[in-house]
Amino acid sequence: MSPGAAFRELRIRGLGRRFGNGFTALDGLDLDIGGGEFIALLGPSGCGKSTALNLLAGLLAPTRGSIWIDEQRVDTLPPEKRNFGMVFQNYALFPHLTVAENVAFGLRMRKVGKAERAERVRKALELVRLTEQAGKHPGQLSGGQQQRVAIARAIVVRPRLVLMDEPLSNLDAKLRLDMRTEIRLLHQELSLTTVYVTHDQAEALSLADRLVVMRAGVVQQIGRPSEVYERPANAFVAAFVGYRNALPGRLIGADVEIEGLGRIRHGDGDLPAEGEAVAMIRPDDLVIGGPEAGRPISLTVRVCEYQGRSFAVEGRAPDGTVLHAASLEPLAPGDHVSAHIRPERIRVFPRADQPNRADPAPAESMARS
Amino acid sequence: MSAAVAPERAAGSGRRARAGTPGISPVLWLVVPGVLFMLLFFVYPLCYGVGLSFQGEGGPFSAYADFFADRFVSDHGSRESILVTLRLALAASLINVGAALPIAYRMRGPIRGKRIITATVLIPMTLGTVFVASAMNNVLGPAGWINKALLAVGLADEPVALTGNFTGVLLSLVISGFPFSFLLMLGYASGVDPSLEQAAAVLGAGPRARFRLIALPLLLPGLTITFCLSFVLAFGVFPSATLVGNDAGPTRVLSKIAYTEYANAQYATASATAVIMAVVQLAVLGLVLALRSRLYRGSTAGGKG
Repeated sequence: MSPGAAFRELRIRGLGRRFGNGFTALDGLDLDIGGGEFIALLGPSGCGKSTALNLLAGLLAPTRGSIWIDEQRVDTLPPEKRNFGMVFQNYALFPHLTVAENVAFGLRMRKVGKAERAERVRKALELVRLTEQAGKHPGQLSGGQQQRVAIARAIVVRPRLVLMDEPLSNLDAKLRLDMRTEIRLLHQELSLTTVYVTHDQAEALSLADRLVVMRAGVVQQIGRPSEVYERPANAFVAAFVGYRNALPGRLIGADVEIEGLGRIRHGDGDLPAEGEAVAMIRPDDLVIGGPEAGRPISLTVRVCEYQGRSFAVEGRAPDGTVLHAASLEPLAPGDHVSAHIRPERIRVFPRADQPNRADPAPAESMARS
Repeated sequence: MSAAVAPERAAGSGRRARAGTPGISPVLWLVVPGVLFMLLFFVYPLCYGVGLSFQGEGGPFSAYADFFADRFVSDHGSRESILVTLRLALAASLINVGAALPIAYRMRGPIRGKRIITATVLIPMTLGTVFVASAMNNVLGPAGWINKALLAVGLADEPVALTGNFTGVLLSLVISGFPFSFLLMLGYASGVDPSLEQAAAVLGAGPRARFRLIALPLLLPGLTITFCLSFVLAFGVFPSATLVGNDAGPTRVLSKIAYTEYANAQYATASATAVIMAVVQLAVLGLVLALRSRLYRGSTAGGKG
């Protein structure tokens, strides 16, 4: 438990939500969150991450499971009794109240005295650098400013838990990076336990202490950013954190026999059973024009995209397999080049785990009935 | 810079020049039929009527003087009918809006049976005033079911007067006017971003505080508009005043006065009555809208969508 945290441990046990039409948005979430921790729920739309957040906030009632903060059961409380803070995707600022009144709202509900209220609002606005805007209405602010008001409004009440629902998804690219850093800074300063929902792996990896990767209502992996990034638990997680090449093959001992590419010794420690497998490789580990280490694969370039320091190349192997690689030099479509795989970076998973792109992704229901 | 641009503009067709001028485009022709219609069927009759009201037998203002001195054909208090009409219309629109607000607020989200409830609420709108009035006489009249039941049970010694008076007309106005108010309020209530109340809830606001501090302030502008429309609708109605009221006395509304004068070929006084109706309505609307202008009237969404 870090010094600023309001509790030792938040425990989520078998939390699930099934909707009236039989659709299970969240299927048994188990998660322990330490006081002061920053957790990111990561997954594609429809994976149940927003449902999980709404269940935590109390905006949606679970159909099974429970939530505990230390010895207190929380899931049976209405949202107004939980003492959480929430930052909504669309900010949800009260349009008829000024910035200061928006931030003061939670304090008013907690019957904080006028003088203390003014002081805490002032400090919170200072923290998000909006002192000048205190008297304005939300409609007069830019998107980034509105977002900062939403954050100030959520943290000024010193909530036990801060919930953030894709807070950066409505901002432009530069602002998103700035706000990301700001959110991280705020967390370092205040140590507020935070659960952050996003579909952006870069956001999740850079912000969170731990990631929860979800798919179709089921947790796929829980781990530190480096664990998830380097040792994804299955092919779905791997595909989600940037392993763009998924090559079907067979495991034979310590080698993987990839159709059309031949046998490659792979570096995966946790070997699945021998048999049908899928080898997953990041484009960055399939390098054209780098040091000639590892095994060469010849490629015919189809597309070469400029990406600043390097180039993203899509090419075809001789057997027609489409591969994503990285190049240090610009290439032209039709060029014949050879790429080098770094075998120790290949991840091999049983074939059944292969990511299925035709996965149904039903719209996440945020509706509160 | 501007010198370089000027020759190009001069050389270019008028199209480019037109593009910079706001408000003039061929699309403007589309409003012509509407404007003609308004002039012919609204502005002209209005001016004609106002003009007529100044052509009383005893000089330009004699029709108005007669109105306020109760000197009309079937003289039974034209001056007092302003208050009668105001009382009815204000009471009816207050009840309509007051009832529509909580129901519409409750039904703002997706709830079970919304269509059936909405359809049920809307049925009275499809029934004519006369139909409603005769139904009311059957149910609420001195020999209606309700009074029979009250007498039978012993709750009343003699029939309770629910029709033939102020109450009857008020009920009729509520029955036929409520659906309008409800539909309007449902539109306004559905337009308030549900995440605002969710945000308020997470911040510690219970259901009452959420309604009072978030929903109500955001609904008030819509509420005043609903009130105004409901008021205008109720103000001009007179079939119910005759059918379920008592238009010789307590429910003698302004439109009934105007109609009586007109039926007796007293066109100046009929027009004067109509003008007085308009002035009274405008005064009430002006007052309500002036109050409304002091409210927050911006977006009811919480930020970017």
